[in-house]
Amino acid sequence: MGRYVIRRLLQMIPVFVGTTFLIFAMVYALGDPVAAMFGDRAPDPATLARIRAELNLDKPLLQQYLLYMGGIFTGDFGQAFNGQQVTELMGEAFPVTARLTMIAVGIEIVLGITLGLFSGLRRGRLVDTLTLISTLVVISIPVFVIGYLAQYFLAVEWQLVKPSVSSAATFDELIVPAFVLAGLSLAYVTRLTRASVAENLRADYMRTAVAKGLPRRRVIGVHLLRNSLIPVVTFIGTDIGALMGGAIVTERIFNVHGVGYQLYQGLVRGNSPTVVGFVTILVLVFLLANLLVDLLYAVLDPRIRYA
Amino acid sequence: MTTVEKKSEGRVPAPRPEGEDGGPLLEVRDLHVEFHTRDGVAKAVNGVSYSVGAGETLAVLGESGSGKSVTAQAIMGILDMPPGRIPRGEVLFRGRDMLKMSAEERRRIRGRKIAMIFQDALSSLNPVLSVGYQLGEMFRVHEGLSRKEARAKAIELMDRVRIPAAKERVGDYPHQFSGGMRQRIMIAMALALEPDLIIADEPTTALDVTVQAQVMDLLAELQREFNMGLILITHDLGVVADVADKIAVMYAGRIVETAPVRELYGSPAHPYTRGLLDSIPRLDRKGQELYAIKGLPPNLLKVPTGCPFNPRCPQAQDICRTDIPVLHDVAPGRGSACHFWKETIGD
Amino acid sequence: MPDQIEKTAVGTLDPEPVAAAAPATDREKPRSLWNDAWRELRRNPVFIASALMILFLVTVALWPSLFTSTSPTDCQLAKSRQGAASGHPFGFDLQGCDVYARTIYGARASVTVGVLVTLGVALLGGVLGGLAGYFGGWWDALLSRITDVFFGIPILLGGLVILSVIKGGSIWTVIGFMIALGWPQIARIARGSVITVKQQDYVQAARALGGSTGRILLRHILPNAVAPVIVVATIALGMYISVEATLSYLGVGLKPPTVSWGQDISAAAVQYRNAPHMLLWPAGALSLTVLSFIMLGDAVRDALDPKLR
Repeated sequence: MGRYVIRRLLQMIPVFVGTTFLIFAMVYALGDPVAAMFGDRAPDPATLARIRAELNLDKPLLQQYLLYMGGIFTGDFGQAFNGQQVTELMGEAFPVTARLTMIAVGIEIVLGITLGLFSGLRRGRLVDTLTLISTLVVISIPVFVIGYLAQYFLAVEWQLVKPSVSSAATFDELIVPAFVLAGLSLAYVTRLTRASVAENLRADYMRTAVAKGLPRRRVIGVHLLRNSLIPVVTFIGTDIGALMGGAIVTERIFNVHGVGYQLYQGLVRGNSPTVVGFVTILVLVFLLANLLVDLLYAVLDPRIRYA
Repeated sequence: MTTVEKKSEGRVPAPRPEGEDGGPLLEVRDLHVEFHTRDGVAKAVNGVSYSVGAGETLAVLGESGSGKSVTAQAIMGILDMPPGRIPRGEVLFRGRDMLKMSAEERRRIRGRKIAMIFQDALSSLNPVLSVGYQLGEMFRVHEGLSRKEARAKAIELMDRVRIPAAKERVGDYPHQFSGGMRQRIMIAMALALEPDLIIADEPTTALDVTVQAQVMDLLAELQREFNMGLILITHDLGVVADVADKIAVMYAGRIVETAPVRELYGSPAHPYTRGLLDSIPRLDRKGQELYAIKGLPPNLLKVPTGCPFNPRCPQAQDICRTDIPVLHDVAPGRGSACHFWKETIGD
Repeated sequence: MPDQIEKTAVGTLDPEPVAAAAPATDREKPRSLWNDAWRELRRNPVFIASALMILFLVTVALWPSLFTSTSPTDCQLAKSRQGAASGHPFGFDLQGCDVYARTIYGARASVTVGVLVTLGVALLGGVLGGLAGYFGGWWDALLSRITDVFFGIPILLGGLVILSVIKGGSIWTVIGFMIALGWPQIARIARGSVITVKQQDYVQAARALGGSTGRILLRHILPNAVAPVIVVATIALGMYISVEATLSYLGVGLKPPTVSWGQDISAAAVQYRNAPHMLLWPAGALSLTVLSFIMLGDAVRDALDPKLR
């Protein structure tokens, strides 16, 4: 197992480098960060050159990238153009988004698995049909539409919650945004669980479990679920990274000051250090989540573990 | 071997109580099973009756689709219903009809009184649970043993079915064992609570020939030791000859012939049985063309009228195409569902 | 070679060409996966409903003027945010444009993006992934690393960063970008599928009989390995439309003069609490479009995946 972890960690390095370089090159080679700093006012060439030198922008791209990465590993993500440390922005934004993502994942696990299990056990019945239709609808409506609908009805029409989240972003304020953020994945988790349960129900070992005289609770709770949840757990693991990236839309609608919000602001203002810094961290989270999933997979499925 | 003898010490197989009315351990009476599919109703079992006593081995012989496994699943109560349905019949275990019992009552019998061994041990064992867990589960659920006690029992069981290094392997997973060892684990699981009856559904079909013999020998030996009834479902005449006491041959959901094993092999009373026996390769007929029953087993959605075997039967007459033959008494303990059983047996 | 794949990918709903390519082992009843799938599809009400809906959408996308005589860009600020009026059933948006006309004209962008991205992704991913699966070796290793890198960037995040930097906004930029980020998914599926098929006995037999590589690829591998690619691509089509709308909503996707639902929703969002109709019509049209394609994908998957039947 230890060797497997090390091998996977080593495999992650080229992917991390490739991905971040791609983003870095895109932002710095295609955009002009310094021009963006000044907006419409054209700076004099001397100032421009000085700033470029300060930001290492006069060096070849590869060198810029290496200098940047070197900085990251010492905890220096550079400065946003307004002089604020990028790490400072991160310190404010990441806890909020992490909280939001955690609630969303919790919703996926509790609601998605329960719904999926029930409809998988009752395939073809009313519960199942209703689940299938409602998940289909949720999958079809883009997140920002769901977001506005939720905001319109829950906050504006019925006034159950406040339409936007305060800067404290407390747990209860984040519940509605988390539902919106989780919506799509929740539907996927439900469908995945359902399909997995329905497939495993027909497995030979389920027949064995019944023939052993095990009570139904045990047949389903141990034999069925243990097998059916393998793909679901791996999906949820991968989804953590995707949710943090996908929070851009949700955070914009509900005015949550998290990663997505900062990233969006950075993009709108052409604030390259913020953008690259945040994306780098998100890519890292995404890759680590994938690694975690691989390890979890090996733990859950002994056939992989010993392969 | 030594382990087995040690375990049986002090437990001389006491004569087991038969059914309350003094009848056999298990008796199936006029069992019917049908499956409702999109294309119609498939009658998988049409009035099957057989019985097995303690210490007795009944072999149920037939091609795939003959209804032999479905009958076993109906006895076990593991048919998928729906699409399956049991419109008629009785399954008497010690004189009580299991089809009329509550689900909870049936569950208590499963595994404890009647156990089942399946064909493909790899798919029949749960791939993500260790064999020790799956064996120990029997004790934890039925006897309320603790995790630790159950594990000790599991090791004991693995020893009994002669799995080497049981203590080290108790935590291994099914895919880490060879085919023969896996089937031994299946047997151990069935034996765990020393049931009265074991139903073995093609227990050796998936195994290599040499391993087949070992597994069959083990099963027969343990059966003797515990004086269990055994229903052995197979399509392999070779397996049957050595271990069975009596045989029921099934075709298209019916029993076409039933007889003690020697008599059936000596003088089959049904053309289908004869065809099966003739299609076994034999050394003394080397060089001759091997006999094969012509045609295919019938589609259960449209079974031929009359005797279901008539389109394939070399002896078929007009009556065979119109009248379904009943199971005629051929001799004490022998029956044949053929209009011309006298001619068949006399050949 | 690309021609062949395209034919198969497009012609999935027509079983004849594929069935003819499959070896006819049973002369009386040529029951192939494709025949079965087609029969299953025709009986599936979900498929019929979604196919009709998509037919309608494609018609709207091709000839929007059949459905409205109002121009989507003929706007009068005076009518900003007004509700339904005669001749203007959906009311007016913030700029005073006719919401009905904009909703009708918006179909073209969504359908174009969805269909072209799916075709591009299926072709590029299918060919690259399929070849990697068949030949293995260094190309396979390289491709695996490349797909790993692309997998490291969630499509929305990548889209946001890259599109905001290149500031394109034309429909071709968006399509090109989405193909560039979407193909590795299909490549992985195609690779796995080809590896499975490659190991089948009939392929081994064809090789042992001395079949040429091209012939084996086209006659044996392609018809048998293409099903998972089609399934994933069909389901992805709906998602691509959704992603495009999200990018446009975030202001980095399609830009004027292209009329698109994503932009309209974004514009409406600012003031929607007072005039929800500006948001609801394009949002409803968008959701219905995505729903139709996802339902189609679902039906195709059910038909092509006998395991779930």
